[in-house]
Amino acid sequence: MFQQARWDEPVIFKLGGRGRRGCDLPSVEDEISKLTGIVADRLPRTIKRNQLPNLPELSEVEVVRHFIRLSQMNYGVDLGFYPLGSCTMKYNPKINDLLATSISELHPYQDESTAQGILEILYTLSRWLAEITGTSEVSLQPSAGAHGELLGALIMRACHRFNGDAEKRTELIVPDSAHGTNPASGTMAGFKVVVVPSNRNGCVDLRALKAAVSERTAGLMLTNPNTLGIFEEEIDEIAEAVHKAGGLLYYDGANLNAIMDKVRPGDMGFDIVHMNLHKTFGTPHGGGGPGAGPIGVCKELTKFLPVPQIAYDKKRRRYFLDYDRRESIGKVRSFYGNVAVLLRAYAYILSMGGEGLEEAAEISVLNANYLTKQLKEIRGFDLPYAEGRPRKHECVFSAKPMFKETGVRALDVAKRILDYGMHSPTTYFPLIVEEALMIEPTESVEKEELDRFVDVLKQISNEAYTNPDLVKKAPYNTAVTRLDEVKASHPKTMALSWRMHQKRNIIKDAGP
Amino acid sequence: MQRPHVHPYIPNAVPEIKREMMQQIGIKNIDELYADVPKKFLINRKLNLPEPISEHEIKEHVEALLRRNKSTMNMPTFLGAGCWSHHVPAVVDNIVSRTEFLTSYTPYQPEVSQGMLQAMFEYQSMICELTALDVANSSMYDWASALGEAVRMAVRINNRAEVIVPKIIHPERYSTLQTYVEPLKMKIKPVGYNRETGLLDLEGLKHQVSENTAAVYIENPSYLGFVETQAEEIAQIAHDKTALFIVGVDPTSLGILKPPGEYGADIVIGEGQPLGNHLNYGGPLLGLFACRGEMELIRQMPGRIIGMTTTHSGDKTGFCMALQTREQHIRRERATSNICTNEALCAVASASYLALLGPQGLKELGEITMTKTQYAMQELTKIKGVKAPLFEAPHVKEFTVNFDKTGKRVRALHQALLKQHGVHGGKDVSKEFPELGQTALYCVTEVHSRMDIDRLVLALRKILRGRR
Repeated sequence: MFQQARWDEPVIFKLGGRGRRGCDLPSVEDEISKLTGIVADRLPRTIKRNQLPNLPELSEVEVVRHFIRLSQMNYGVDLGFYPLGSCTMKYNPKINDLLATSISELHPYQDESTAQGILEILYTLSRWLAEITGTSEVSLQPSAGAHGELLGALIMRACHRFNGDAEKRTELIVPDSAHGTNPASGTMAGFKVVVVPSNRNGCVDLRALKAAVSERTAGLMLTNPNTLGIFEEEIDEIAEAVHKAGGLLYYDGANLNAIMDKVRPGDMGFDIVHMNLHKTFGTPHGGGGPGAGPIGVCKELTKFLPVPQIAYDKKRRRYFLDYDRRESIGKVRSFYGNVAVLLRAYAYILSMGGEGLEEAAEISVLNANYLTKQLKEIRGFDLPYAEGRPRKHECVFSAKPMFKETGVRALDVAKRILDYGMHSPTTYFPLIVEEALMIEPTESVEKEELDRFVDVLKQISNEAYTNPDLVKKAPYNTAVTRLDEVKASHPKTMALSWRMHQKRNIIKDAGP
Repeated sequence: MQRPHVHPYIPNAVPEIKREMMQQIGIKNIDELYADVPKKFLINRKLNLPEPISEHEIKEHVEALLRRNKSTMNMPTFLGAGCWSHHVPAVVDNIVSRTEFLTSYTPYQPEVSQGMLQAMFEYQSMICELTALDVANSSMYDWASALGEAVRMAVRINNRAEVIVPKIIHPERYSTLQTYVEPLKMKIKPVGYNRETGLLDLEGLKHQVSENTAAVYIENPSYLGFVETQAEEIAQIAHDKTALFIVGVDPTSLGILKPPGEYGADIVIGEGQPLGNHLNYGGPLLGLFACRGEMELIRQMPGRIIGMTTTHSGDKTGFCMALQTREQHIRRERATSNICTNEALCAVASASYLALLGPQGLKELGEITMTKTQYAMQELTKIKGVKAPLFEAPHVKEFTVNFDKTGKRVRALHQALLKQHGVHGGKDVSKEFPELGQTALYCVTEVHSRMDIDRLVLALRKILRGRR
C-alpha cells in the first residue's frame, strides 16, 4: 500500500543555530571599501533598520535537507495519477524545463537587438496560439487564467466604451456551472454579474439566456466543453443570441484540451479567448503557479490589447516590442508575461505539432469516456445530466447516493483516494452537482492506471457500504491525517504566519 | 523516415490500446465522441502549425534561436527598474526543480500537499519578518498587479474614491494601477517631489489628502533608487485622514532599511523576484503582499493564505489554505479578487533564498549593494558632464545618471556603449521624466564587480571623448 513520506519536519524557524549561514555573497573589493566605507551605516536613523529580521540561521546543508524533505511530502504529476478536474494535470515534459533555464539571465529592458531570439519565440508562439484558437491576435501577458479573464473583461469594457456604449452595457452573463473566476473577474472589471441556469443537459438554458440578454449585456463568459465536460451543442444559437443583443462572447479556455485542432473557439463565435498554458500546453503548475493565461481576440478587438505587443518588422527583418497602440487598455502587469512558462509552451507545441495536439485532445476525451463508462457501474455514484451523451475531457459524478445510503461524502471519497497513492478529483464543483467528483484523466495516463483508478473507486465504494467510518476518517497514508481546516480559518485560532503564531500561540504546537 | 505514430507523452496512442478502449465504450471511431459538435464548426483543414519534431531537434532548434540573444552574463548590464540581477544560489534552483513541487497543483488536498503548504507558510512568515507585519499572502503575480490589488483592498475597507501616488513611480506600475482601478472610477492623484532630494513633497501631499483618500502609496526605495526618508511623516499624514498607507518595497533592501510595519504601513507590497528568482526576460515575477493583522484588513485581503492547524486527532501540526471564503472558488462574484493561480513556486524559491541568507546575509546583501552603488555613483560623477545621482538622498541599488552637460542623448550613449564596448547601460528615463533631462536609471548589485563598474566608466569616458 502507498505510504507518503512523513518527516515530522519542524517549521524552519525552529531549525538552525546562531551564527550559521547557508550562502556567502561576493565581497566588496578593498579598493571600493577604502573609498566608501560601509555606506549603509550612514543611513539616517529614521529609515535605518535597527534590529535584524527574525530569519532562521541555517547552514547550506540544513536548508537543502529541510526543503527536500518537504518536497517528499508533496504529491505531483511525476508521482502518479492526478485527475483533478478542470486543472488538466497532464505530463510536463522535462526537455521544456531544461530549455527554460537558458533565458534565466535575460533582462526585459535589454536592447531589442540583443533579444531577437526570445522575441522570435514569443512572436511565433503568439501566432500558433492564434491559429489554435481561431483568433486574430494574441497577448502573451496575462500571468494566469484568471488574469486573462480580467484582461478579457476589461477589453469588453474598452470595446463598449469605444462604441459609446459603456454606461449602458453593465451586465456580464455567466452560467451557473461556470468557474468561480468568471464571476469574480467580471466584478473586478466593473460588471454586474448575471447568472443563467443550466438546462437538463447541464448546458446553458437557451431560453433563459435569451431572456437574460438585453441592451445592458456586455457579454457572456462561457466554457465549452463546459465544467460538466459536456459540449455546448447549441453554441451557434448562444453566440447569435449574445451577438444580436450587442454583447461579446468570452471563451474560458480551461477546457481547451478537449477540442484542440478539432474545433476552434473563434470559429464558434467567441470574440475573446484565454488559454491556460499550464493546463493545455503542458507547462508545470508549480504548486499554484507560475502559469500563463494568454488571450486571443478577434480582429475588431486587437486594438485594445495591452502594450507592448510583440511584432515583426518585415522591412528591417527584426522583432520588436510595439508600444504604439493608441486604444490599448494599458498594462495588467509589468513587462511581457511569464516568459519562462511561454518558452516551455513553445517547445511543447514543437514536440506535438498540429497532429499531436489533435491526438492529445482525442485521447484525453477517450480516456474520460472510458472512465465514465466504468465508474457509472459503481455503487453509490451517479452521473447526472445529459444521459447517454459522450463527455469530453472530463466527467462529473455525484456521490449523493452514497452519502444518502452510508453517510460517506464526496469529501471522504476524495480523502480515501489519497490513501491509494493517487490524487483526488476536484470536489464540490461545479456547484450544480451535489457531492460532485470532477474527474479529468488527461491524455497522459496509461490504460492500466485508468483501470487501477476504477478498482480503487470500487474498493472505496465497498468500504463505504461495509465500514463507512474507515472512509470518513481517511486519509491514513499521507504525511498527515485529516486536517482541521476550520481551525485554520477561525479568527480565534488562526495562525497565518510564524509571527502571528508566536504572538498568539493558540494552535498547540503538536509537532516535533 | 516517418516518425512513429505513438507520441511519447501519450501512452494510449498505441493503436491496439486505442481500439480496445473504443470497443469498451462502444464506439468505432473517435469522431463519435465529437458527434455533438455542430458539423459546421469541425475543422476540416490542416491548421498552420509546425510538424512534430523529436526532442533532439527541439533542443537544437530552440538553442539556435536563443543563441541570438545576448544575456547579462555576456555583457556587464546595469538594468534594474523592477527586475534585478542578483546571485541565485544553486540550492534555490535545485529546490524549485524538485518535481514534487514543480508538477503539483494548488494544494486543494492538504494531507498530500504538506510540503508545498509548509514551504508557502514559511515564505509568508519570512515576508512578515521582513516587513514587520503579521500577515502575508502566498503571492500575487508581480509588484504592479499587487499595487492594483492593494488599492482595491483599501477601497473595500474604507469605500473612498481617491488614491495618492508619488509622481516618481514606475510607469508600468502606474499603468497597471490605472487598469486595475479604472472600473472603480477612482481618481489617481500624483504628488510631486523635491527637485533636490527626490523626496515626496509633503506640503503637496497634505494638500491632496482628504476624507476621500482611500490610500496613500509610496515606494521605498523609490523607482529612481533613492530612499524615502520621510516615510514616518507620510504615514502620519495618511493616518490623520484615516487613509490607509501602502508601501511598495524591493525586499532586498529590508536587511538595512526599516521595515515598513515599523513606520506605519498598513499594507506592504513589492517585487519578490530579486529574492532567488532569475530575470527570465521579466517573468515570472513574484508579487509580495502583506498587511497588519487586524481582522478588518485580513478579511479584505486578496489571494491565497496558508495557515497552521492541527489534524482532527490533534496530535500533529499541519498546514492548509485558510480563509478561503474570501476567494473566487467559494465567494464567486463577491470574492476579494479573482486570483487563483499565482506564483507559488517563485515564493518557494524566495523562502529558500531567505533561509540561505539568514538575517546576517540579508543585511550584508543590502550593505554590499549599497556600497557598490555608492562607488559606481562616485566614479560616474568623476566623468566630465555626468552627474550621478541627481538627488541628494541615500541610494540603495539604483540611481539616476544625468548626461545633460555632456550634450549627448542617453539613447546615443547607450547604443555606443553596447555596440562599441559590449556594455549595457541602464534604463533611459528621459521620456518618462522630461523634467530630469537626459537621465538614465542604473542598477548595481552584489553581482557587479569593481571591474564591471570600471569598465562602464572607462567606456563612457572614451565615448564622451569621441574615441573608440
